[in-house]
Amino acid sequence: MAKLRLVHLAHARSGDKGDTANIGVIAYRSEDYDLLARELTASRVENHLAPFGIGDVERFELPGLSAFNFLVRNALAGGGTVSLRTDSQGKVLSNALLRMKIDVPDEVAMERAGKGYAPVGPETEGSP
Amino acid sequence: MNPSHKELRRVVRVANGQGFWGDDREAPVRQIEGGAIDYLTLDYLAEVTMSIMRRMKDRNPDTGYATDFVPLMERIFPECASRGVTVIANAGGVNPAGCARAVADAAARAGTRARVALVRGDDIADRLEEITSSGHTLSHMENGEPLTTVLDRVRCANVYLGAAPVVEALARLDAQRDASREGAASKAKVVVTGRVADASLTVAPLVHEFGWSMRRFDLLGAATVAGHVLECGAQATGGNCMHTWWEIPDLAAVGFPIVEAGADGGITVTKHVGSGGRVDRATVTEQILYEIGDPAAYATPDVIADFTGLSLESDGPDRVRVRGAGGRSRPERLKVSIGVASGWRATGTMTYAWPDAALKARAAARLLGRRLDRLGLGFNETRAELVGWDSALGPLSGPPPPDLPEVELRFGVRSESRAAVERFSREIAPLVLTGPPSATGYLGGRPRVQEVIAFWPALIDRDMVEPFVTVDVVEV
Repeated sequence: MAKLRLVHLAHARSGDKGDTANIGVIAYRSEDYDLLARELTASRVENHLAPFGIGDVERFELPGLSAFNFLVRNALAGGGTVSLRTDSQGKVLSNALLRMKIDVPDEVAMERAGKGYAPVGPETEGSP
Repeated sequence: MNPSHKELRRVVRVANGQGFWGDDREAPVRQIEGGAIDYLTLDYLAEVTMSIMRRMKDRNPDTGYATDFVPLMERIFPECASRGVTVIANAGGVNPAGCARAVADAAARAGTRARVALVRGDDIADRLEEITSSGHTLSHMENGEPLTTVLDRVRCANVYLGAAPVVEALARLDAQRDASREGAASKAKVVVTGRVADASLTVAPLVHEFGWSMRRFDLLGAATVAGHVLECGAQATGGNCMHTWWEIPDLAAVGFPIVEAGADGGITVTKHVGSGGRVDRATVTEQILYEIGDPAAYATPDVIADFTGLSLESDGPDRVRVRGAGGRSRPERLKVSIGVASGWRATGTMTYAWPDAALKARAAARLLGRRLDRLGLGFNETRAELVGWDSALGPLSGPPPPDLPEVELRFGVRSESRAAVERFSREIAPLVLTGPPSATGYLGGRPRVQEVIAFWPALIDRDMVEPFVTVDVVEV
């Protein structure tokens, strides 16, 4: 087994409802759904996001979309209009979740390294 | 209703041209001119928007709605009439009547004959005392506190209305066409509302066109999924999409989403041929998941929709079929969004350069905090973030490397005292000469002091709202 960041296996979008954030996580490949269902439990997601001072996390499954929806309570320091955070509406909480490292078989780790990132080229290399 | 006319319609094309107030101003024009559509829905309202509109109306009673909707309609009125596109917009904000009047005037200026329907009754701000004193607590949905504890600080209170009054408005716009016949077919049709639930703007034209019963929760569930996909504009067509974002073509001229719906509740998501962006399973799935709670119970005023059985299927380039939507009933009560004045806030910034950029910015934040303490200003919250290091991923960012070329200190405060926040706003600029070195980027002026409006979600019985909902039609 190897550790791989979730960003290589899934894409995601997040947003707010009051002080609750939701994070939709979608497997790039439907055959990874079972692996994600096993590794991406509500309690592991809660542990990963705990440094934000969040409340509890609930997971919902949408197998037909190869996706999960996570509800993260007390995620936004008071919610969109009150919070002083840059990300007051939890728009990039999805990115924070995609940094989570999960256990995957070695061959999956080898094959997916780099997936989820833009390829390096003239537009993405940046200035020296 | 005119059943023979409805049954002939096989596919109805509903387009979205605006995902929030301030979205791409050219999008509605591209939706009208880019190909055939039957309805153009424009979703202007978010919770924050209502409180901003309230403040506008307090200053000038003729405003309080999405003012840019009026010049937009003036521009597209002739095309709406000639192409037979009906516009449905919750542009009315806290002054839907004023908005409808302004739209009627815009039709006259554009030289287009038009019918404007006005849906009212969502705004219960003036009735709150009567409502709460008759035993309706409007308790906060998250913490259970009764509204009476903050009644004197309420700025706006709007009930999310469903599709029903919009369906009635569409029926009356059509009925008048049948009554007046000649020449009337080329009249432009517009429905202006206040707070109607985002998805209901799409549900309404489908119910109207197909003559669905408002008890057919399976069909309303499918229509609600369609409305949810449309309601955030280009977020369904490649905007803000993580999946291979670097390959999404021509976002500069992104096509906003269009739903093709059938009488059986069949839904296909697409966009105009030749427009930018992308419609595929990834872009549509990201939007389906956006701001949902329990996917088995996506509640609108019309239906409790079930997303758990959804699946998507490619139906050619930039076309995705959505299958498996469900719906079983509708919520007994309606949701009210109440804006409560909750103090003041301001955020100031300063940029620090290499070397030790992050250390300098943090030292500046500590120094600023001590100055504010010595001034004896009481803040409910202060917050320092380093933009370029930890403002997006927060505590997961880890310690900053010493070689960061630069960071921006972003320092925010919130207080019940406006004076305290005003005083804070004068403490940022002095950092340039009185703080750590290598500070720059302070020419934006003092931080703006803003009122904080907290949102108070509550539930209300339908019979406290629905009898007060009215539909009026004016002819121009």
